[in-house]
Amino acid sequence: MGKIVKVSGPLVVAEGLSDAGMADVVLVGAEGLRGEILTMTGDRASIQVYEETAGLGPGAEVTTTGSPLSVELGPGLLENIYDGIQRPLEEIRKLTGATLTRGVNVPALNRTKKWAFKATAKAGEAVQAGDIIGTVQETSAIEHRVMVPYGVAGTIAEIKSGDYTVEGVVAKIKTASGEVSDITLMQKWGVRKGRPYKKKNLPATPLQSGQRVIDTLFPLAKGGTAAVPGPFGSGKTVVQHALAKWSDVDVVVYIGCGERGNEMTDVLTEFPELTDPRSGEPLMKRTVLIANTSDMPVAAREASIYTGITIAEYYRDMGYDVAVIADSTSRWAEALREMSGRLEEMPGEEGYPAYLSSRLAQFYERAGAVDCLSSDKKPRKGTLTAIGAVSPQGGDTSEPVSQATLRIVKVFWGLDAALARARHFPAINWSSSYSLYLDNLRPWYDKELGEVFLKKRAKAVAILQEEVGLLEIVKLVGQDSLSPADRLTLETAKMLREDFLQQNAFVDIDSYSSYDRQHRLLTLILRYDELARPVINARNQKELFALASRALISRAKTVGADTYVSAYDKISDDLKSQIAAIASGGESE
Amino acid sequence: MIREYKTIREIAGPLMIVKGVENVSYDELAEIELPSGETRRCKVLEVNGSDAIVQLFETSAGINLAESKVRFLGHGMQLGVSSDMLGRVFDGMGRPIDGGPEILAEKWLDINGLPMNPAARNYPSEFIQTGISAIDGLNTLVRGQKLPIFSGSGLPHAQLAAQIARQAKVLGTASNFAVCFAAVGITFEESEYFVQEFKRTGAIDRTVLFTNLANDPAVERIATPRMCLTAAEYLAFEKGMHVLVIITDITNYADALREVSAARKEVPGRRGYPGYLYTDLATMYERAGRRKGAEGSITMIPILSMPEDDITHPIPDLTGYITEGQIILSRELYLKNILPPVDVSSSLSRLKDKGIGEGKTREDHSGTMNQLFAAYSAGKDARELSAILGESALSDTDKLYAKFAERFETEYVGQGYETNRPVEETLAIGWELLSLLPVTELKRIKEEHIAKYLPHHS
Repeated sequence: MGKIVKVSGPLVVAEGLSDAGMADVVLVGAEGLRGEILTMTGDRASIQVYEETAGLGPGAEVTTTGSPLSVELGPGLLENIYDGIQRPLEEIRKLTGATLTRGVNVPALNRTKKWAFKATAKAGEAVQAGDIIGTVQETSAIEHRVMVPYGVAGTIAEIKSGDYTVEGVVAKIKTASGEVSDITLMQKWGVRKGRPYKKKNLPATPLQSGQRVIDTLFPLAKGGTAAVPGPFGSGKTVVQHALAKWSDVDVVVYIGCGERGNEMTDVLTEFPELTDPRSGEPLMKRTVLIANTSDMPVAAREASIYTGITIAEYYRDMGYDVAVIADSTSRWAEALREMSGRLEEMPGEEGYPAYLSSRLAQFYERAGAVDCLSSDKKPRKGTLTAIGAVSPQGGDTSEPVSQATLRIVKVFWGLDAALARARHFPAINWSSSYSLYLDNLRPWYDKELGEVFLKKRAKAVAILQEEVGLLEIVKLVGQDSLSPADRLTLETAKMLREDFLQQNAFVDIDSYSSYDRQHRLLTLILRYDELARPVINARNQKELFALASRALISRAKTVGADTYVSAYDKISDDLKSQIAAIASGGESE
Repeated sequence: MIREYKTIREIAGPLMIVKGVENVSYDELAEIELPSGETRRCKVLEVNGSDAIVQLFETSAGINLAESKVRFLGHGMQLGVSSDMLGRVFDGMGRPIDGGPEILAEKWLDINGLPMNPAARNYPSEFIQTGISAIDGLNTLVRGQKLPIFSGSGLPHAQLAAQIARQAKVLGTASNFAVCFAAVGITFEESEYFVQEFKRTGAIDRTVLFTNLANDPAVERIATPRMCLTAAEYLAFEKGMHVLVIITDITNYADALREVSAARKEVPGRRGYPGYLYTDLATMYERAGRRKGAEGSITMIPILSMPEDDITHPIPDLTGYITEGQIILSRELYLKNILPPVDVSSSLSRLKDKGIGEGKTREDHSGTMNQLFAAYSAGKDARELSAILGESALSDTDKLYAKFAERFETEYVGQGYETNRPVEETLAIGWELLSLLPVTELKRIKEEHIAKYLPHHS
């Protein structure tokens, strides 16, 4: 047992901890505050404490638990809200009321609730780590697959369906050496180490988010990584919430890391009301929330993203598509900086520790499309997609966290304050953003949407790019100096921006757009350009720009889901006849 | 258990080192007794073996190392709270300075408060009518929100804050309201302006004031806003009142924090501010809100002046990442005599969408709001273009937009400090301005709302 010798904010130094190992979780003081060992010198350990340390002083006792920071994995994770070290906040509220008092220890998974376990394996079967031996219907949306824990292999000696608590023994496995392992619904895993898998694959399916600027222009692949940097007020959180709501994944882990308390409350109140367009179930049924808001202890903030991604890996191992959304990784980096400063480490850029970029890389690299551990011949596929928000000072991405992130992630959705000010949402800048998954995803697009889709996408990008140059000219010499063809380009680009890229997250019908709908809408806008371009001249341009059908295109994104196909077809036909009429009228004059 | 030591070894700036202490804990409150019998307060910043680093809240002048005594009090800094605090004035450390009697504390609360459980929050969604179009119409304030005013030196943030405090009300309720005001390092004149305003409107009886003026000790400023918030929490969550908290000026607070951090020789983050500035600010701002099962609410309007009007300066930058939007004042509008000079384009209320619409304000609020923003933005672009190329270079539509921008600034934003507009009037002015534009440009408003509300001019 050790004794505290120094307290400085969340950092505590204790002596006499020769029995503790690096990264062990320790209990500090009379209240048993949880902390983690960061450095050891002889029997002297520096500990980051996950709770407020006011009132601690030299002489207080420190004991090691002998195990690293771990999470409990089993049924009951979904629909729950945890703090950064996986304490259930709803349970804590029942105990201590509206504020978080110290030293409250509640197990992450409810110990008394019984789950109906359905055995899918039989006694006598040979199994190894990762094999599914049974299922539990965790929520109406997700079937929880009970897997043989890592490190266990042998033959099933006993297995029985029935109602169990998370600690109840559902099966016994006899290993080669003759020992018997009890299998429960719950397993534990240290958060700092990624959960193992058989093999990593290249991501090849898009993550459909229903956001047009994302899906069409800068798609993310399932198993990929993306970053959303932007100054405050540019709509980072709205983008993150939209992804959490509409991504076509099975499970979402949403990490509120050092952000606003009300944002988590928003998710908590809104998600149970919203319906997943695919399963028809409330979105909360597939969601796990990790909330370590900015007023909660800073060390637990550092742990929160690891807690989140470990839970995500667990569902990935079951063969699900999982998305982990972290808002914001900058706050995580700041927590790292604060602890590093208190440890009196030599700082790197802007006071951040020198290991900032390697830690970030380790986090994002835990994403991927994998073959899960199992003895099955046909591999069980799971994906883990990681999306991180970055909050750079004034939106200037030259700062260390943004730069370290950009070196790792493959998709960059750059939010733009100027667009946000003009209320163009999502304020993702089409010139600075990129996706490196287009080549990986090409086979999928060609098969599902036809080869034309990527061609149209390329055309749209080219028009938007051309607009940037033309607007420069307009700024210098005015609009009148442009040729009719260039003016058409400007008009088409405006339609692409306003009628396609802009999407209102607060209007039900517009908040989610399927790939088919995106494709048709894009086709419609480009059709206007295609039809008008060969016939436009100085005389008829005004008439072409004021076309009646264009007003209909501007409202096309809010046409009902069951009528949009016919509505778009009609607009397309009208465009053709109206433009033909203008063209022929011009000739006859 | 009170322990006294005469072992002060070092005083540097706001910090002291006391040697040979026992059973002293982190964040504990202490008192120094000078040979003259005067006492000053301080708190423990770090304990290392038998050494304690102690931060003074008041000046170190006159402290004699050999003769002064340090007493550790065994608890953190506390504020004695009671409903009798309403109508009273306190100094930055919570001592009455209005000549009235001491407060008989109903209970003593730690001024640091406790983090609010996110699962226990109630999402703020009740519309507060401030009577100011730029806020009600476009950057709507809701009960339980934290919405700072980003200002600059010489801009009228005090007038705007006073106008909000005077006019703010929740429609259809006779509410039990209070104002908690913290003056943090501001001048006597500015502080007195608020006091006079509260007196003029009669709000003074429902106001708790904490004042740390510019000539008061800088380090005391670290405690002042927390005193104010502790009083606010007590009134809101235990007495069921709807409390408006105004803290001015956060920049002075952050500078005090930097002073202490520098004295401790900590590794600085940006511009010398400590790396934990974000967390520290968050532990104040996040105390705003509503709680499940509690009647009251805390709505917070911190005021901060941006050094050199630079919004990327660490103080406004980190604040913006924590608060639920910001109201930004514009020097350009102020010089054009548009008052209050609210820069609506870069201002933002993150909670507006839950506070407006049918049943809260009116069904057309959201659509017209987006349209006004977009039109003003287009109007400003057009105006810029015409400044370079002359008005003739503008298309017909752009000319209308430029005209719209002008009228929007003078009629919608520039209402003055004494006009109190009901939200219906704000919406009507919005429609009147939008009627300048061709109907085909009104893409963001539902057609049925256009049919119902757009004024028809002959």
